[in-house]
Amino acid sequence: MMEKTPVRTDVIIVGAGPVGLFAVFELGLLNLKCHLIDILDRPGGQCTELFPQKPIYDIPGIPNCTGQELTDRLLEQGKPFNPVFHCSEMVTQLEKNSDDHWQVTTDYGTLLEAPVVVIAAGGGSFMPKKPPIKDIEDYEGTSVFYAVRDMDQFRGKNILIAGGGDSALDWVNNLQSVAKNIGLVHRRKVFRAAPDSVNKFISMTDEGKAKFHLGQIAALHGNNGQLEGVTLKCEDGEIFQDCDILLPFFGLTMKLGPIADFGLNLHENLIPVDTARFETSQKGIFAIGDINHYPGKLKLILSGFHEAALMSHAAFPYIKPDEKLRFQYTTSSSNLQNALGINKK
Amino acid sequence: MRIFITDRENKEHELVAEEGRRMMEIIRDAGLPVKAECGGCCACATCHVYVLEDWFTKLTEADEEELDMLDMAFDVRDQSRLSCQIIMSDALDGFKATLAPDYD
Repeated sequence: MMEKTPVRTDVIIVGAGPVGLFAVFELGLLNLKCHLIDILDRPGGQCTELFPQKPIYDIPGIPNCTGQELTDRLLEQGKPFNPVFHCSEMVTQLEKNSDDHWQVTTDYGTLLEAPVVVIAAGGGSFMPKKPPIKDIEDYEGTSVFYAVRDMDQFRGKNILIAGGGDSALDWVNNLQSVAKNIGLVHRRKVFRAAPDSVNKFISMTDEGKAKFHLGQIAALHGNNGQLEGVTLKCEDGEIFQDCDILLPFFGLTMKLGPIADFGLNLHENLIPVDTARFETSQKGIFAIGDINHYPGKLKLILSGFHEAALMSHAAFPYIKPDEKLRFQYTTSSSNLQNALGINKK
Repeated sequence: MRIFITDRENKEHELVAEEGRRMMEIIRDAGLPVKAECGGCCACATCHVYVLEDWFTKLTEADEEELDMLDMAFDVRDQSRLSCQIIMSDALDGFKATLAPDYD
């Protein structure tokens, strides 16, 4: 079997949040090219996942913007440097190859190689929240799933979906056609989902195609990983509801994930770095933003921006060992202005 | 003023609280295990607490955003609140709550 050839680049950035996005710009000014990997399906990290419409007041020079606006502006700022995004992918492996370069593998099978890796992973990887129901882990992967990758695997099944947001309602609506029976359990009659999805669900319940259970899951019942039913805690007591598939959709939470296995020194799930270079215990691996740790660290986006600039200068010699780094200002350097596309008009 | 928070091992902690701060911040800064991932802007439901009955009625009612966000919490009860949406005031001196179960 032929080995897969990795895609070569200058810098691999793990995490496409605000700090990873600004690193694209700072590295770009030094004529370095980046690939970014993020577990979310779009750039922005916490800014777009947790507070896309909420205001941020502490970005220097921008008195007020939302998480989405900040992300959009950072994307625009980095665009001249043509970053390559690998979204909905998680880095599973980081190792040195025979060229003394770092090689990164994702769960999607993407293989990248670069002299420098920058970990800008914030609070870690966003992963589905797992409800703390007793023994739920015994059913994970057989009867309990936190995402739908292949609808066919649920064909002819007796499905129960839990939650009241877009994911829960979308999957009730989509899986209804393949399921034998489908039900939704939610703690109240209000849904925080697109009105279209809510209306579709309500008409399906009216037609008897889907069932709505007002309540919450209290216990699971089954054998050898095969779910047979759940106990639902409802307003007037507990009831048993049979089902063989349970899909809980309660949003995402942040976990360190595979970063813990990268062979880096860790300090309480953070990556210690020096404050001149922001390099980790491994040469050529840097950590910037909320994921790093040093004396006096403040978890602010603006700290991450500063760290991105210093990291870029420290990383440069690994990538261009024979070139001298010239420190230039965007205001005065025609080289930089050309790179930014400013003189093209 | 003081608040009393019972952790998930059923141990009660007496915490000093300052007026105007979010209760989540007081619980978090005392080292108790609330994730408070979003930092207190009502966007993650990882600071969920059960308020002791008598105290529940002394709180300003949860707004729509908090109720929506509680949909992402586990085992929501009548006395459920997100502690980041409770602002400390003199009226809450002696307040009691229990940390709700956390997601893995």
